[in-house]
Amino acid sequence: MTPMALITQLLQIVSALAAAPLFIGWVNQCRAWLGNRSAPSVWLPYRSLRKLFHKEAVIAEGASPLFRVTPYVVFGAMTLAAAIIPSMGTRLPLTLAADAIALVGLLATARVFQSLAAIDIGTAFGTLGARREMMVGFLAEPALLMVIFVASLISATTALPAIAESLATRSFGLYPSLAFTAVAFTMVLLAENARIPIDNPATHLELTMIHEAQLLEYSARHLALMEWAAALKLFNYACIGFALFVPWGVSTRAGGPAALFASIPLLALKLMVAGAALAVIETVSAKLRVFRAPEFLGFAFVFAVLGLLVHLLLGA
Amino acid sequence: MIPLIHSPLSACLTLLAAWGLLGLAGLLRPRSLRLAGRTLFPLGALCGVALALVALLALFSPVEQRTLLLGLPDLPMHMRLDPLASVFLFLLGIVSAGISVFAAGYFRRGPGTPPGLLCLQYHLFLASMGLVLLADDAYTFMVAWEVMALSSYFLVTTQHALAEIRRAGFIYLLIAHLGATCVLLSFGVMQGGSWQFTFDAMRAAHLTAPWASAAFLLALAGFGAKAGLAPLHVWLPEAHPAAPSPVSALMSGVMLKTAVYGMLRVSFDLLGHPQWWWGLVPLALGLFTALFGAVFAAVQTDMKRLLAWSSIENLGIIFGALGLALVFRESGMLALASLALIALLYHSLNHACIKSLLFLGTGAVLHSTGERSLGRLGGLIHRMPWVAWLTLIGALALSGLPPLNGFISEWLLLQAFLFAHEVPRPFVNMLLPLGAALLALAAALAAYVMVKFFGVTFLGQPREAALARARDAGILERIGLVWLALACLALALLPTQIITALRPVLMELGGVAVSGTSPWWLLAPVPGRQVSYAPLVFLLVIVMTVLVTALAMRLFYHHRTRLARAWDCGFGALTARMQDTAEGFGQPIRHIFSSFFMMTRELPSPFDRSPHYRVVVHDRIWQTLYLPLTSVVQRATDSVAWLQRGRIAAYLLYSFVTLVVLLALML
Repeated sequence: MTPMALITQLLQIVSALAAAPLFIGWVNQCRAWLGNRSAPSVWLPYRSLRKLFHKEAVIAEGASPLFRVTPYVVFGAMTLAAAIIPSMGTRLPLTLAADAIALVGLLATARVFQSLAAIDIGTAFGTLGARREMMVGFLAEPALLMVIFVASLISATTALPAIAESLATRSFGLYPSLAFTAVAFTMVLLAENARIPIDNPATHLELTMIHEAQLLEYSARHLALMEWAAALKLFNYACIGFALFVPWGVSTRAGGPAALFASIPLLALKLMVAGAALAVIETVSAKLRVFRAPEFLGFAFVFAVLGLLVHLLLGA
Repeated sequence: MIPLIHSPLSACLTLLAAWGLLGLAGLLRPRSLRLAGRTLFPLGALCGVALALVALLALFSPVEQRTLLLGLPDLPMHMRLDPLASVFLFLLGIVSAGISVFAAGYFRRGPGTPPGLLCLQYHLFLASMGLVLLADDAYTFMVAWEVMALSSYFLVTTQHALAEIRRAGFIYLLIAHLGATCVLLSFGVMQGGSWQFTFDAMRAAHLTAPWASAAFLLALAGFGAKAGLAPLHVWLPEAHPAAPSPVSALMSGVMLKTAVYGMLRVSFDLLGHPQWWWGLVPLALGLFTALFGAVFAAVQTDMKRLLAWSSIENLGIIFGALGLALVFRESGMLALASLALIALLYHSLNHACIKSLLFLGTGAVLHSTGERSLGRLGGLIHRMPWVAWLTLIGALALSGLPPLNGFISEWLLLQAFLFAHEVPRPFVNMLLPLGAALLALAAALAAYVMVKFFGVTFLGQPREAALARARDAGILERIGLVWLALACLALALLPTQIITALRPVLMELGGVAVSGTSPWWLLAPVPGRQVSYAPLVFLLVIVMTVLVTALAMRLFYHHRTRLARAWDCGFGALTARMQDTAEGFGQPIRHIFSSFFMMTRELPSPFDRSPHYRVVVHDRIWQTLYLPLTSVVQRATDSVAWLQRGRIAAYLLYSFVTLVVLLALML
């Protein structure tokens, strides 16, 4: 483990933790602009986190220790995920511990804990949210795994830095299989991060919410951690997308400190574009009924499998 | 005793005999709970631990063969202890130790089989499973196989006063014998005209391709019936829930693995001249079974039945891995065949520990609440913290979540699937990677199933008032649960050591050792590729983040916490009946996979004074396969029933006619 690798690793964790709420703020701002509303400050998520951290936590009487532990576990899982996705550099010591498949498993671990915590209080909304979250999850997870499979087949490894490196250094050309999987990945990103058309992050409409329904019983520091973890999750998904589909500019093994610092503004640029694109998608689409969600994710799965078949047929 | 134990094989046989004797000792005072429960079962657990240790030793010893002076004249029993058998003996020893300790505290006074007899059946069951693994000729194998089926049949029908349990037992016995017949026929084909039924003779036999294929398919049908492979799975969701929980644990955890052992033994060891398409059959059947089992597990409302369906799913995954290993071996890709085999063996070990843990957990719940239906449970994490937290480990592990053990085998199998496109067969190499898609879907559904299982049973509010009296498991039961949970954790955190220990099995089955140059904490099974996973580091980072976050909370902010009523969006009148039920949790699955099910639903009308909603989900296979089959059999028997007049004169006439015909033939 060289000092350079250690620096890259720490820089990546810290910047992910710090920038994730900003990314949410940016997406919200874009959404407001597109909706012709006056936009809230991009720093609003930080202020709400600060406010929540200072509040007194109210916990339901029937809560078990699982309920209290979950925010920390989910937050920890998302932090580890941020550490192993090559968003700035590929020289990450922790990626030895977890490859792309383990990353999918890690996201699933967070999801399962969150659902269990939602069931724990025994409210109707919590259990409903947990059930819907698991439904979305079990359909989205194989699609994501297939997306990663295609990228792994192209680069002959499941280690994320190696995938990003091999995709970044290949000769530029159109990969039809990656085009299919990019569509699938975008659909999975929307579904897994509770965005329109699967869920609406802006409302607490009881009958349709998925993500928010699971957080109803959380307050203060627990809620803050869950919100922060959700922001980190969106940030992580965006970075997975960059690593698979637009990996250019990531500082590779060969690059020195200059390449690492050059990758920071590039990442910021990618995030700005991705956030704006996300806001556009959310603005132009309508929320689906919950029972249309399986069709939506079924499409994602089929697209990813198509990408796999295209790769096997064309070798590209 | 000492001269008996001069080699691992004799030690194994001694321990199996000790199990038999412990069982017989139970008959001394069949009604005494103290003798059977408090003395014999713990002793049986000690035998289990000893067996595991001996098996571990045998794994690194040379193959040992021996002919016993038991059995029929001219048909002595042949025994053989090789690495493959050792792994499964190890599994048997480790898992049965935990289950036996649990069982010591589990069996209570009540209706059904008396404890002493139960002790005999239980230990015979254990000993016969051990004998199946050690057998080196078809006779011994079949005798042990049948003793295993029969002893478990009696254990399943412990509560024989209930009609549904007798029915479950009958279906089990029927399919067990159907399977046994297929296995027997397979051995018959494999001896290849030498009429020698030792396994050595079968290894030496030269079969033509069609006969070898017939033997393979018969073995697949026979062992598949035992493993619950679709469409022969129908007995499993009936029999496993019917048995007492330690027996369910033993059947799901260990007995199903004997089928895996049998299939490995036949396809990798006994049968020569493999055909390239052999692997595709278990691969397709296994992956279909995995998805099928997971979908059905998701809609169950009985906690033991849910686990039984989940066993079907996992055995499907194991057979899928077996198929993949065969495909790789036939293509000459031995390193990859080894990778798939490791995934197979690892998943067998995982599933044995996890599923036993979960079944024992349901047993503890069943004991303290008297309820099996998920609709009447809930909130038990407050009343039974030991059982709840230990079951949580099992539930998370079975969901295939890192850093627990279920993830490792799925990870290995997915890694193997990543190379499936390199198989040098057109079309097949396109289809094989799609298996990974099926596997991913089944694995993701498993997480859904486990959230439902754990959430509805242990979390939320108690759905019945009687649950407030539930008490945590006793000390012996806790020891059993902790033992199995520790086994799960060991499997989760030490994959490199375990895979290194499996090396002799790979060498025996014609694979190659997977490179072990990586450091001890890093699992990197694919030589030449940058692929690794380190569960310890993984766990450490998460735990450290959790601790640092919690510490930061304490240091930088106040730590004020107040308890209050659940908020629930300001809705005041919250009752336990408003929680999602097991049916509710299964509803998305019923909706998405509706073509898998036969559903009967009773919906209330808006004007109903006492509305009730009921939904029953059936397996389509009963309608499409079994009921037509039984009606054909019924008609065939009806058509000859006229012979049976019930008049003595008619029977005398039959005898007379038979005699005349025979005489005519002879003359």
